[in-house]
Amino acid sequence: MKRFAELYTALDATTKTNAKVAAMESYFRQAPASDAAWATYFLRGGKLRSPFPSKLMRQWAAEAAGIPAWLLEECYESVGDLAETAALLVPDAGTGSSDIKLTEWIEQRLAPLRAMPETEQREMILRSWLQLSSSERFVWNKLITGSFRVGVSEGLVLRGLAAATEVPESVLAHRLSGSWQPTPEAWALLISKETSDAATSQPYPFFLSHPLEGSPDQLGNVTEWLVERKWDGIRAQVIRRKGEVHIWSRGGEQITDRFPEVLSEAWRLPNGTVLDGEILGWNDGRVMPFADLQQRIARRKPGKAILAKVPARLMAFDLLEWDGVDIRARPLVERRTILETLPVNLSPSLPALTWDDVAALRASSRELGTEGVMLKRLHSPYGVGRQRGDWWKSKIEPYSVDAVLINAQRGHGRRASLYTAYTFGVWDEGKLVPFAKAYSGLTDAEIRAADSFIRKNTVERFGPVCSVTPELVFEIAFEGIQRSTRHKSGIAVRFPRMARWRTDKKAADADTLETVKALLRT
Amino acid sequence: MSLLELRPSGLFCPGGDFYIDPWKGVDRAIITHGHADHARVGSKSYLCCNDAVEILHTRLGHQASIQGVAYGETVSFGGVNVTLYPAGHILGSAQIKVESRGYSWVVSGDYKVEPDATCAAFQPVRCNGFVTEATFALPIYRWRPSGEVFAQVNEWWRANAAEKRASVLYAYSLGKAQRLLSGVDADIGPIYTHGSVERLNEVYRRAGVALPKTTYALTADIATYAGSLIVAPPGMNGSSWVRRFGDFSTAIASGWMQVRGHRRRRAVDRGFTLSDHADWPGLLSAIRETGAETIWVTHGSIDPLVRWLNENGWDAKGLDTQFTSDEADQNETSETEQVPE
Repeated sequence: MKRFAELYTALDATTKTNAKVAAMESYFRQAPASDAAWATYFLRGGKLRSPFPSKLMRQWAAEAAGIPAWLLEECYESVGDLAETAALLVPDAGTGSSDIKLTEWIEQRLAPLRAMPETEQREMILRSWLQLSSSERFVWNKLITGSFRVGVSEGLVLRGLAAATEVPESVLAHRLSGSWQPTPEAWALLISKETSDAATSQPYPFFLSHPLEGSPDQLGNVTEWLVERKWDGIRAQVIRRKGEVHIWSRGGEQITDRFPEVLSEAWRLPNGTVLDGEILGWNDGRVMPFADLQQRIARRKPGKAILAKVPARLMAFDLLEWDGVDIRARPLVERRTILETLPVNLSPSLPALTWDDVAALRASSRELGTEGVMLKRLHSPYGVGRQRGDWWKSKIEPYSVDAVLINAQRGHGRRASLYTAYTFGVWDEGKLVPFAKAYSGLTDAEIRAADSFIRKNTVERFGPVCSVTPELVFEIAFEGIQRSTRHKSGIAVRFPRMARWRTDKKAADADTLETVKALLRT
Repeated sequence: MSLLELRPSGLFCPGGDFYIDPWKGVDRAIITHGHADHARVGSKSYLCCNDAVEILHTRLGHQASIQGVAYGETVSFGGVNVTLYPAGHILGSAQIKVESRGYSWVVSGDYKVEPDATCAAFQPVRCNGFVTEATFALPIYRWRPSGEVFAQVNEWWRANAAEKRASVLYAYSLGKAQRLLSGVDADIGPIYTHGSVERLNEVYRRAGVALPKTTYALTADIATYAGSLIVAPPGMNGSSWVRRFGDFSTAIASGWMQVRGHRRRRAVDRGFTLSDHADWPGLLSAIRETGAETIWVTHGSIDPLVRWLNENGWDAKGLDTQFTSDEADQNETSETEQVPE
């Protein structure tokens, strides 16, 4: 646990990617296989379900610190993270730190907790805290509560692993995609120098696009580009190999059983085929809003009603494997030519002779329920991760509304103790009705200024939330808007964020609910 | 008539006709210590500890009328006896005991109970009423011994020096900077300072505090700074001033660094938890040792401390003062930035 906590501390302490890669490299070089497997699992965002509700950790931490429950809550409000609050509150026992392997902490201590009665859980947790230093306690608490997160991207983990194991990043990415299990055997397979091992179910790493800033004419001749709609759904890879079908999400999850419609379409493909595309809700010949599709994501076995309400399909746009051969290195135009011969719903190639044509296509995105257009270089290979240059997404301008800050709540993590989560209202018959919550978009200086305003202008407190004198106006940008019966305003918006602080506007100048509802029709 | 009361200009003693750390100009101000939220301009006369006189002059100008008294020396105003005791916060910081007819209050300003080589140690004073700060009044704040923190700083500096990198350490220029200087291992390399730190180093040295050799970081020649330690106020982080140091690592020393969110928000490479304020156990032990039954809490996490004290047998209330500490790390920044370069 000591070394893993040191790795965490090193990764947390720096923003420099080279330093992070070096920290991971040195950890993986010395870690035993089982620890390396678990570390890989956690660094990539793997979580274990918490064996007990967080209120028990609150209770035990307060007990260990000898403080009343309300004081623990005050501390939590100030820290913004329960695992850290508990780590800071529990007194140091002086035994310092634990040389016991990470694997033992996870497999011998954490795993059995779930089956234990509460009294034994309590005893185990209190004892574990005494064996750890404050920073180890923090990491341990994060692991127990299933909230372990560290600031490294998938790509950075791959770099760290590649540096330590000398296995190419793309091979590691291939082996790690899917439901990778943290065992010493899986680790041995992962770092094997013998690289012809793609198992039947293994997806390829997804190639991701970059947002295009500014005008597209910087990309050269439009005829060198494939123009497609940017579909708003679930990015997925469909694998048809050796009499099997597997569907993977970009998050590395097997979603095969969740979309039986896509599954039955996939059975029609020849063996040795891998498609890349977007799973969409599709009804009456057009794409349904993402919010509708969202209802299906969590359902492992969708029932008849939801299947009828939100029918799904795969909009295919790339072919990664054909006739059992990895064709990712071949140019897009060749991959697409084969794709067009297959029984799939093909994402259409849009006709564009000039960049003005592209702009016109992009402008029609919203009425078609799409997010914008994709620009893919016709002669490009299918890359790994978010490489710049060959795949660009050009999204349509977001909707925007001027709204008034009415409620605020303190943030978490980096923003603990500052008011950074805001609720915004728009006018409806002389009253402000809440219409969106937003957390992002302000600079640190603006956050401090808003925080200071909120502290001075708090009207009432309801637990962690406070209401604020309605004075500040912000331009709220968002991607989509839908009717909603669950919201007081009667509407729900997608990806709301603060685009600008409108210091030039007074509360009375903010938009009305009527104007916002008018956007439903655009 | 009460011995102390809160008025629009600050804490007032009607019997002695003086204010303690007033935030508006008054006739007579008694000052606990030289930080800007406690020693403000505009009063006709000031009284403080001898060691704080020069610090107050740097804040209030050389025309200000400032009288110094020794710790333990008693001065009388209209039958009210005033005695200053060490608060352990920074050089010249004092708790102010106000006593009349056997009844006494102690106004502690800012204080810490752990030892500090750069100032006199906090001294518990028996009293009936105690006015306390609450900057770090939550049980998540428990300081490690300062020796451990200095060792961390040395280790960071040494690692940077081995790579010929400069180490820029941000610390409040009055108090924290000198405490760090007295604690680091000056054999690791040369030490440079920002102007506001250097000026106060001189004041500390004249008061007899031993500090290692420091040089005002004047030259723009990058090579000079390789492997050195540079002590500067936190407001300098990200400024053009620090760019002269070439390749450098940054760190900040503050009690707020105890919490990861604060650490990350400051955008420095390292955060060292070192404070000149009492931690939670320090506050409670200081309050207990006064024997006071009435506690007024002036700034910081007022509500939790007041509630805790009331639940544990004290008669406590919060005061609405203009002392800062709720976001003291930010105030440290703005405060030090006011010091002209």
